[in-house]
Amino acid sequence: MSIRRTFTRPARISAIAPYLWMALFFLVPFGFVLKISLSQTVIAQPPYAPVFDLAQGWAAIEAALAALSLDNFRLLVTDNLYVLSYLRSLFVAAVSTSILLAIGYPIAYGMARLPRRWQGLVMMLVIVPFWTSFLIRIYAWINILQHDGLLNKVLIALHLVSAPVVWLSTDSAMYLGIVYSYLPFMILPLYATLAKMEPAWLEAAGDLGASPWRTFWLVTFPLSLPGVGAGILLCFIPIVGEFVIPDLLAGSNSMMIGQTLWLEFFTNKDWPVASAAAVVLLLLLLAPLWFYDRLQRRQLEDAR
Amino acid sequence: MADELPKPELLATATDVPLLRIDAVVKKFGRFKAVDRLSLDIRAGEFFALLGPSGCGKTTLLRMIAGFETPDEGRILLDGKDIAQVLPHRRPVNMMFQNYALFPHLTVRENIAFGLKRAGMARAEMDKRVAGLAALLKLQGLEKRRPDQLSGGQKQRVALARALARRPQVLLLDEPLAALDKKLRESTQLELMELQRRLGMTFIIVTHDQEEAMTVAHRIGVMDGGRLEQVATPRELYEAPNSRWIAEFVGDVNVFEGEVASREAGRLTISTKDGGAIVAAEPRQPITNTAICVAIRPEKVKLSRRGPVSDAGNAHAINRLEGIITEVNYLGGLTTYKVKLDSGAVLRSSMANTARLEFDAYMASQRVVAWFTPDDCVVLER
Repeated sequence: MSIRRTFTRPARISAIAPYLWMALFFLVPFGFVLKISLSQTVIAQPPYAPVFDLAQGWAAIEAALAALSLDNFRLLVTDNLYVLSYLRSLFVAAVSTSILLAIGYPIAYGMARLPRRWQGLVMMLVIVPFWTSFLIRIYAWINILQHDGLLNKVLIALHLVSAPVVWLSTDSAMYLGIVYSYLPFMILPLYATLAKMEPAWLEAAGDLGASPWRTFWLVTFPLSLPGVGAGILLCFIPIVGEFVIPDLLAGSNSMMIGQTLWLEFFTNKDWPVASAAAVVLLLLLLAPLWFYDRLQRRQLEDAR
Repeated sequence: MADELPKPELLATATDVPLLRIDAVVKKFGRFKAVDRLSLDIRAGEFFALLGPSGCGKTTLLRMIAGFETPDEGRILLDGKDIAQVLPHRRPVNMMFQNYALFPHLTVRENIAFGLKRAGMARAEMDKRVAGLAALLKLQGLEKRRPDQLSGGQKQRVALARALARRPQVLLLDEPLAALDKKLRESTQLELMELQRRLGMTFIIVTHDQEEAMTVAHRIGVMDGGRLEQVATPRELYEAPNSRWIAEFVGDVNVFEGEVASREAGRLTISTKDGGAIVAAEPRQPITNTAICVAIRPEKVKLSRRGPVSDAGNAHAINRLEGIITEVNYLGGLTTYKVKLDSGAVLRSSMANTARLEFDAYMASQRVVAWFTPDDCVVLER
């Protein structure tokens, strides 16, 4: 059946809206970034060449196109700095997402099993941190974790340590910050699927001889996989590109790709290399998205 | 499938020793008593129905037998062992859930085999058992489908196969046919009976549909307010209800309130407000109260233009009430009439349409005599 016949005119127009939005605010800017990534850095305004100038006529545009090259991408794969940044980003995101899943799943599970009237309140508690600016919350952690911060004071008062521990500028602090910041994004999709779980499925499993533990692994967990997938994506993808948390809480000895990118762009003023790094990052993140999409598509086909 | 089923001679073992004994069980939810000191014996091989209005506690009772609820007081004895505190997954009892509760992520085959896998059954035996159940419940060819690719009737049969797979000592059915349309429900009722007879298994069904209970069950327990009001065969329940509530809950009934005026030769003469003097057969259980009521089923009330012809010289008194027909409802197999008696009370009568006629036997506003014998009357305490 054609779209024309299935939808009325207003419906068709509103169906186009998200595509328009994507084209205007994602595809066009991405086109700019892609073009810059193929350019050369120069000391000028703007700091790259060639520049398309429609006023100069067709020949000038052809010359500009001929001047584009993949040099920046070559640099990314040959220079250790970038490769290591990418690897560290993926590693940090993988570790953080695993921790988030391990912490978020039990919380979401507990929320879903609360009496209905408590669920709304607990949901509020999960969302409440969003009411404070993200940056302020990270600065608060700096306060807590610093040399004479709250954490060290408590640890010393409890006689667990004799001298202040260095927390700030360590990977532990960074992981803490990431897990703290992204936890709601893991909990909410998990809670959404777990809350839809029919109690009768669990009772049926028990009735058929499965202990509560086996019921969890045979029924609850497999049926919550869509939520697990959504939670992993919602956390993993932004964590790979995370800049603020590692910059404020982690040490300066190794950088995530977000920091490297920032450095290239603002400190080195090398827009082309920064753009190339951004394009590669996007391509890297398409892989998990594509995988998740395929998984969902297969589920849809199964359902038909 | 033949070797999968127990031998027929092993089936008819409906002895008097109860397989399941519910002993003074109490279940409270907060201050609400869902089940109130209820006792019940169910025999092996019996098809037992728990019938009652919603909120009467029938589902709570079933869930206590399955183990999803724990009684606050009392015992549940299965084969002599108290299972009241045993966890559901350790009970030799299986349940077919209302709305089936099939696992959506598993295929039909995996759903049926779920309980067998938990029991650690060997692969070959399990395959054989599943194939046997698929044949028994006409599920061949659907084994690889997921529940959302099945029709309502198919889901119902998968749920039944899954609950039967472990060959439970007692199969519990919680409103198993409520989601099916009327035609399919009726044919499925017959299939359930046939299945129960062939397997010789003890079935306990919970239903709010009295026709369903009367069709499938050997005995029916009618519940109200957490108590059993009457436990009887379908015929007893209908023809000899033990209370006015039961008489009105099971089927249609005309009720006249009155007092016993005289008693002779097994006959009670009851003076009623609305029906005058009614002669009724004396009930087996002696009436202690004088304030009583007389219940007559509509199909026992016959209509005629002048009253029964055989009345002349008949030693048996026949109750006769005169009135005007106010309503005629043709329902196909039978026609129901409402007769406004001269006292102002309304009497209902139904007559089978045993011949193909173009008109109903009586018309509205026609004057008729409604009559019934003393044996048609059930005398109940008020």
